[in-house]
Amino acid sequence: MSIEPRRPPPQFVARLRRALGGRAGWNGFVFQILFVAALVWIGYEIVANARANLESQRIASGFGFLRNNAGFDVSMTLIPYSGSDPYTRVFLVGLLNTLLVSILGIFFATVIGFMVALGRLSPNWLLSRISGAYVELIRNLPLLFQILFWYLAVLAALPNPRQSISLFGVFFLSNRGFIVPKPIGNPGLEPFALALVVAIVAALLLHRYARRQLFESGRLITIWPYMAGLLIGLPLLTSLLTGAPVTFEIPELKGFNFSGGSRLIPELVALLVALSTYTAAFIAEIVRAGIQSVHTGQMEAGSSLGLSRGSTLRLIVMPQALRVILPPLTSQYLNVTKNSSLAVAIGYPDLVSVFAGTALGQTGQAIEIIAMTMAVYLLISLVTSAIMNFYGWRLGRSLGA
Amino acid sequence: MKRVSLVFTLAVAAAFSIQAASAQTLKTVKDRGMLSCGVSQGLPGFSTPDDKGNWTGLDVDICRALAAAIFDDPTKVKFVPLSAKDRFTALQSGEIDVLSRNTTWTLSRDTSLGANFTGVTYYDGQGFLVKKSLKVNSALELNSASVCVQTGTTTEQNLADYFKSNNMKYEVIAFGSNDEAVKAYESGRCDVFTTDVSGLYADRLKLANPADHAVLPEVISKEPLGPMVRHGDDQWFDLVKWTLFAMVDAEELGITQKNADEMAKSDKPEFKRVFGSDGNFGESLGVTKDWVSRIIKAVGNYGESFDRNVGAGSKLGIARGLNQLWNKGGIQYAPPIR
Repeated sequence: MSIEPRRPPPQFVARLRRALGGRAGWNGFVFQILFVAALVWIGYEIVANARANLESQRIASGFGFLRNNAGFDVSMTLIPYSGSDPYTRVFLVGLLNTLLVSILGIFFATVIGFMVALGRLSPNWLLSRISGAYVELIRNLPLLFQILFWYLAVLAALPNPRQSISLFGVFFLSNRGFIVPKPIGNPGLEPFALALVVAIVAALLLHRYARRQLFESGRLITIWPYMAGLLIGLPLLTSLLTGAPVTFEIPELKGFNFSGGSRLIPELVALLVALSTYTAAFIAEIVRAGIQSVHTGQMEAGSSLGLSRGSTLRLIVMPQALRVILPPLTSQYLNVTKNSSLAVAIGYPDLVSVFAGTALGQTGQAIEIIAMTMAVYLLISLVTSAIMNFYGWRLGRSLGA
Repeated sequence: MKRVSLVFTLAVAAAFSIQAASAQTLKTVKDRGMLSCGVSQGLPGFSTPDDKGNWTGLDVDICRALAAAIFDDPTKVKFVPLSAKDRFTALQSGEIDVLSRNTTWTLSRDTSLGANFTGVTYYDGQGFLVKKSLKVNSALELNSASVCVQTGTTTEQNLADYFKSNNMKYEVIAFGSNDEAVKAYESGRCDVFTTDVSGLYADRLKLANPADHAVLPEVISKEPLGPMVRHGDDQWFDLVKWTLFAMVDAEELGITQKNADEMAKSDKPEFKRVFGSDGNFGESLGVTKDWVSRIIKAVGNYGESFDRNVGAGSKLGIARGLNQLWNKGGIQYAPPIR
């Protein structure tokens, strides 16, 4: 047992001095203040000079334009929008469309990427070769080319709306998109939603209880029939009592297009397919590297415990592999968001298309609009990597690293 | 990305230059020995490269005329193809000296972009192109149609106004470049393609079966197209403005590419002024006395340029219409050279 001499507690001033001035003490502190002041001054001069120059050339500047009416329409909006809304609304519409395609893209890319990686590591010769071919083909072709391919391929394959492919007379597929009945809420919707929430919470509690029982007393309880009963039965019972929660608006062909119903536009589908298959190829390689970085002894240990190949992968190998996978995976997630700006090529109304495209063309305020757009992409990327870092930190803690 | 780099150039120029409003475009162009001219990415009749890579078109001729007036050589032009949304930034940042790219003259563009329109090279209006198989005869029958447009143009706002004021619904799909919008229209994604009528005739030529598509009779807007220069350089503004005026005046006087040399010998006072044997009009614009004959010998008068590029002598075959001279039933009119 070693005894370390206790260090004398540092004085408050000395501690502050060290924090602010480093080894140089107060002198260093003064230099730092001067340096920051100089930086701020240079920054101010740049902005002031730019403003003066733009003014003398009579180029409009400032963010006042955001309150003006946009006066143009957008093909797909997640929030209500019309041409008489201001540019701030356009900004929001574009941002939400970018977020939608990024989040969906990240989700599908991850699912496909993990499946391809497992396929590539599979002992099945055919499966592993097909997965390998997928990776090598997709990651070696330019993304813009793939987006255009999917867009034009999808459009070429689909009929026009008058000859659209109909499923049961309620789903319609044409080159205007996939049209599905639109749910419209009834008075029974609220109790139905409440019942669903209650069922989900109860199912989660049940799962936790079963898990605890397994760890504490070694008793394996089969819970899935109860869970299914809760999740299906409770909402069903409620809707029998209060009436159907939603009715559906069936789309109808009127004039050139369908009216009524909800629509998935082909631009979104093409962009999503291209983004997720492309990123999945990179994710597959990252996951493969992660799994292979785990010692093969772990796999053998798992099977000697009597675990199946799937269970070994899920319970033993994956948690260790994730530590290697996460950092490069985060980079791929950031790429999905940034690559989604290629949407402008196929007319998907993302932030770059409607805000840094149409709005810029109409106001001419390039510096402000590009600065705002860049700030948004930076923010999205920082938030994504913060979330992933938090996940990585939790993972590291649970592994006791 | 070209756009970001252009914006960056603009931001840096604005932030660090002491006098951004350079009043010396003509001197810069002369020193460089080359005119930098912003054109479209390929619009037949207005600015498009031919099979040998030479740019041709009505908008291109303005730049060639300008180069002829400055250097006596219409080939001393560097053409910079620009998408609709990059064009103003390219002009503001100084990447180009003049923007001659079928650009509509509007109040907001004239006042807030730090640039000025110098005249109207083509009086246009927005129209609709549809497939004949849809059996649509009027734009008022387009309720609930899907419409393809190029983003960053006046077209999108005109479209919104037109459908709103006629109580019709529509779906707009906006593409980054004109070619992509035309391709999506051709593939059936849209029922309608819309842009300026001259552009519709030009783009129809690019389709697989031009005869299957029709331009609807409605013209829903005024689209006076013209060249633009930066604010703050009046000498350059005057030169670009008078280059077009000289071409229009030459047509009015009957001066053509062929007879220019002959006409120069004329004793008539107005011809003497135009050809520089009387007065010093060229010098006051910053070029030489014989500037008009240089222009006309290089590209011809306005009527010749029109016929060769978009009119009867071209594949487009557009009638002169509003673009006829004022004394022949149109509204093309130029102030006199005197």
